[in-house]
Amino acid sequence: MSLSSASLIASGFFANEAVHTAAVIGAVAALVCGTVGVFTVIRAQSFAAEALGDIASTGGSAAFLAGVGPLSGIVAVDVVAVAAMERIGVQRARGRDLATGIVLGAAFGCSSLLLYLDTTEHSTTGAVVTILFGSIFTIAHSTILPAALLSAAALALVALLYRPLLLSSVSAEIAAARGVRVRLVGACYLLALATAVSLAAITIGTILSTALLVGPAASALRFTRRPGQAIATAVAIGAGAVWLGVLLAYDSFYWPPHGTGWPVSFFVVALIFAVYLISGLPALVRRQSSGRRSAQLGEDRPGTA
Amino acid sequence: MAGAQILSVQGVHVHLSGREVLRDVDFEIAAGELTGLIGANGAGKTTLFRVILGLQSVSAGRVLPDGRAHQSRHGGPRPSRRARHATPIGYVPQKFLLDPDMPLRARDLVSLGIDGQRLGIPRPSRARRALVTEMLDAVGAGDFADQRVGLLSGGEQQRVLIAHALIGRPKLLLLDEPLANLDLRAGHEVVRLLERIAHERQVAVLISAHEMNPLLPVMDRIVYLAGGRAVSGTVEQVVRADVLGELYGSHVDVLNVHGRVLVVAGAGDEHDMRGHEAELPAALVGPGGVAS
Repeated sequence: MSLSSASLIASGFFANEAVHTAAVIGAVAALVCGTVGVFTVIRAQSFAAEALGDIASTGGSAAFLAGVGPLSGIVAVDVVAVAAMERIGVQRARGRDLATGIVLGAAFGCSSLLLYLDTTEHSTTGAVVTILFGSIFTIAHSTILPAALLSAAALALVALLYRPLLLSSVSAEIAAARGVRVRLVGACYLLALATAVSLAAITIGTILSTALLVGPAASALRFTRRPGQAIATAVAIGAGAVWLGVLLAYDSFYWPPHGTGWPVSFFVVALIFAVYLISGLPALVRRQSSGRRSAQLGEDRPGTA
Repeated sequence: MAGAQILSVQGVHVHLSGREVLRDVDFEIAAGELTGLIGANGAGKTTLFRVILGLQSVSAGRVLPDGRAHQSRHGGPRPSRRARHATPIGYVPQKFLLDPDMPLRARDLVSLGIDGQRLGIPRPSRARRALVTEMLDAVGAGDFADQRVGLLSGGEQQRVLIAHALIGRPKLLLLDEPLANLDLRAGHEVVRLLERIAHERQVAVLISAHEMNPLLPVMDRIVYLAGGRAVSGTVEQVVRADVLGELYGSHVDVLNVHGRVLVVAGAGDEHDMRGHEAELPAALVGPGGVAS
């Protein structure tokens, strides 16, 4: 009992196929979420991301009912949701929140029915917890290929739209004046967002998916001041949190209460939150020093009048 | 001083949701000149900018940039994107303040001015970096080139945005209310910078403002907008009681108080009141009033 707790990496960790699958899926999800998440944070679309995560519950529960893998259901429903949000009006900030809220409400209504049917049809409550809060160890090995293909598509989309997306995130007016089709770029970005959220949803659960999307990106934005660096940092934070979370969850089978283990999603989200708290420290120092800087400049500048 | 004609606005009418926002607006802009587009809030300045940028279709009239047809008559189809951007226009929008969390250095934002509308990821190169540095130095933003844009002051951000707009070598530079968020000193510096850009780089600079006094020393031409109609010419030709009186359609006093011009429109219809309200507060608390 005490022999395993002595080492951080429990015996059999690297030989376990569920661990392999979890590590790969987690890395893929972290890669896409870090890349898309940076744009989500600077475009202030965290609410849309959260909504897509919640909406993913509908797809996950429908897939469970139909007996297929959750990823296909989640992606299908999120793409439809994105189209609906774009259709209702995603452009103006007010219309955007409204559209998101309306689609979110409708989708959650469907989830409540589907999750109820899941529990009665299969006479198990496990489905609800698995879909909402995730269970990365239960992902089938065969999910790796579609997940990798989806993430490659999303990353290619973001790479293609990188400059116009960045410019329209800075100012839609400037971008439009330069001939960028701001609405088209925004719609394509939402597709990438739907993919990122879907991958996060199968990794740490539909309800917690925003944490993997927004948390690492928000922390990265505090550490760096260049867009490329922010994306790389967000990916590193996300992947680190997922891998360490998987390891800790594997270890936790030896923790009290003995023999059950703690959920991976808890560790991943806790680690992301811890990084976010730590990332606030340099920003705090920088803000104070930049405040001092501008105060000094104000005093030192000679009058011009 | 007047160079080649860069932009000709001819008989432009614009309707927005049934209301006529611009009525028969005519004026011309030449290279190397700084033109002030002066009008109260709601006079149609931003709409006129959107027309020039090709983002707003007109119900009549046309805009000829650089001697070419830009907008067909009577609400014809909007020009193609290629045609619209045949003449590069640099644009600095109104009330622009970046989020402090935006992961962009001043340098990155200016770099987006080179080819921000193109697809793909930009390839860093020495020439590109040198061009960005040169442009930042030209607008006096070299000292904060590597700072986050969102952490800069309003005047500093304005300079970076001007560099962003200028790096594509536009013939026309549009700035929508660039002085609105700036204190007196920062505003004065930006005005001097824009004057230098117009004269040294032979760019046509069009600046909108609700208050003309900060621009009086540098304006080569003025386009005065009231009630959707415009008069244009030199300041001496336009800022006169008879000319503005005809524009407002009522009695107007143009007062010269300690080198500051004050336009007071008499009580009358709606347009007069708008002009009246916009100019009066400026007279009481405007730059001339508080300058020490």
